[in-house]
Amino acid sequence: MATSSSGSATKAISLFLKDIKSEFRTRYAINAIAMFAVVTVFAISFAIKGTGLSTELQASLLWIVIYFSSLSGLAQSFVKEEESKTAMALRLYAPAEVIFAGKLLFNLVLLFGLNLITIPLFAIFISFEVASYPLFFAILLIGSTGLAVVTTFVAAIISKASVKGALFAVLSFPLILPLLVEAISGTKKAMTDGIAFGAARMEIQVLLSYLVIMVVLSFLLFEAVWND
Amino acid sequence: MIWKVVLLLIISWVTVGAWVFPPPTPVIDNPEVFRIIYFHFPMAITTVVAYGLGMFYSIKYLSERNMKYDLREVASARLGTIFCVLAAVSGSIFAKNTWGSYWNWDPRETSIFMLLLVYGAYFALRSAVSDPDQRANLSAVYSIFGFVAAIFFIFIMPRIMPGLHPGAPKPTGGSEGSIITFNLETASVLIPSCLAYIGVFIWMKNLTVDITELGKGNKGV
Amino acid sequence: MSLKLTIDGLAKEFPGRPVFSDISAVVEEGRRLVITGPNGSGKSTLVRILCAFNRPTRGSVGFEIDEKKLTHLEIRPHIGLVSPDMVLYDELTAIENLSFFAEVAGHRFEIPELERRLENIGLAGRGRDFVGSYSSGMKQRLKYCLALLREPEILILDEPTANLDERGKGLVDDIIRSHHGIVVIATNEKAELFYGDQFIRLGD
Repeated sequence: MATSSSGSATKAISLFLKDIKSEFRTRYAINAIAMFAVVTVFAISFAIKGTGLSTELQASLLWIVIYFSSLSGLAQSFVKEEESKTAMALRLYAPAEVIFAGKLLFNLVLLFGLNLITIPLFAIFISFEVASYPLFFAILLIGSTGLAVVTTFVAAIISKASVKGALFAVLSFPLILPLLVEAISGTKKAMTDGIAFGAARMEIQVLLSYLVIMVVLSFLLFEAVWND
Repeated sequence: MIWKVVLLLIISWVTVGAWVFPPPTPVIDNPEVFRIIYFHFPMAITTVVAYGLGMFYSIKYLSERNMKYDLREVASARLGTIFCVLAAVSGSIFAKNTWGSYWNWDPRETSIFMLLLVYGAYFALRSAVSDPDQRANLSAVYSIFGFVAAIFFIFIMPRIMPGLHPGAPKPTGGSEGSIITFNLETASVLIPSCLAYIGVFIWMKNLTVDITELGKGNKGV
Repeated sequence: MSLKLTIDGLAKEFPGRPVFSDISAVVEEGRRLVITGPNGSGKSTLVRILCAFNRPTRGSVGFEIDEKKLTHLEIRPHIGLVSPDMVLYDELTAIENLSFFAEVAGHRFEIPELERRLENIGLAGRGRDFVGSYSSGMKQRLKYCLALLREPEILILDEPTANLDERGKGLVDDIIRSHHGIVVIATNEKAELFYGDQFIRLGD
């Protein structure tokens, strides 16, 4: 047997590549997420018909659209494995931390892909204008990563529940709320003219510390969710 | 038995003291309103204690996989939610009379809202899982997550976001510090009050657990 | 190398319904354990507990390699499983399935090696087809290929010949007879009872 023992990171990347391959062949999540983003942005744009929105409202709407679009697709990572009964083989062959890391990586890519669609749409249809790009991208990066960590973990929980329905939104919202509040506040600051990067230092600190807490908890508790 | 008598005495002391001693602060125009602090603050403390104990039982469940911890976890979470609602209601009456409206999205009010959301979701999760072991497992994991997220809100957000509660940076800049003057009389009521309501919570929790365990025993007979 | 599988006082209850109780067995290397019982008697549940997918209500499963005891999660890398509850990815090809599971388990196989293994199981030339296009018998053969991939010490077979034709059954017969470790078979087929050195009868 040609065996070579490889580290957890390599294994997680194998899982990630498998998910990418599956996704390209089945379009399980991409279409749902992209359509959700497009439809909501158009609906907002149509409703406001060119009337300018305040930066508060724009920042809030941006994060609400990102959050709800991610809800429409990120749960698939685990739900699909359980529903198509492939989870059993995965459980037998891969260690728990590898599964979580692989799925998180896949959801991160999906979420950044979603950002890539949503933000230009916001710029075009809702005249969303950023004043400080470094600040905006910093907030977007940390906020989205936190969102991916929490939703990936909650997806693992709901894949085990007998009634899935609205559970994904119900369970993830309280855990996302601290992130959303800070991300919206930070985004609002990034849209203010002549803002210094340091002006949103508090938001970035809170976002980062929350992200760290969620990552640590996820890796600690994932095994209990996955293996039982 | 003896501690129930002690509890009765403390509660009586608190109830009388809350009305007899001068109100805790002389600064505001309507000082009598501040008497509610003797109930509002203990409710909030008991909420955190109850949810904290719930999380302790979650960790115990995950490490020992014994259903008796699941039972204690739900009992604590249920009672925690009752105290949380009481804290929110007493808080909003207090807020109406001091800050002018029932709900202001002050960081602490946001925290209470956050706690109710987390535990609402916790109970939704419990009802969505049919297998008891799986239900205990998933809800224990979620309650740890939820409690940590809520703690983050409760202890961190109010200190960095401008707010109306004592201890928060004021919107006007600078820190006015606490507007409640803690003299000996206030403390002699407030501290026993906190202890008493925590005692009441533990008593109620033990009763809930006993009733459920007795019910289970009867089914087998 | 010496292997020992110990099942000690195992019991499983679903809410208000005991499935089985007080199951004990010690299986040594080179021996085969057959689990039988009517539908709903808990064969698959017992298999799931052996693979550490479910926790027993009481009792324990132990596995020893050279006197070294493994915890319930450490057993998994030593198990090769074929079960109707275990499904492979329809949207991947047979080769992709095999190399994916090998990779996440920390092994690496060259494609010619995987093709040779597929050939041994009677799937020659079908390695690049999507598993979704396979017949149920072919899927069952692929599960054997995956189960044997890491040369496991314990082979756990739930309904080993489900969906297989005569030639497929012959292949399974070879696999069971040539396995050097421990084989656990959950079945109701009379023909498969003869494999057993030891038996667990559920639902009596």
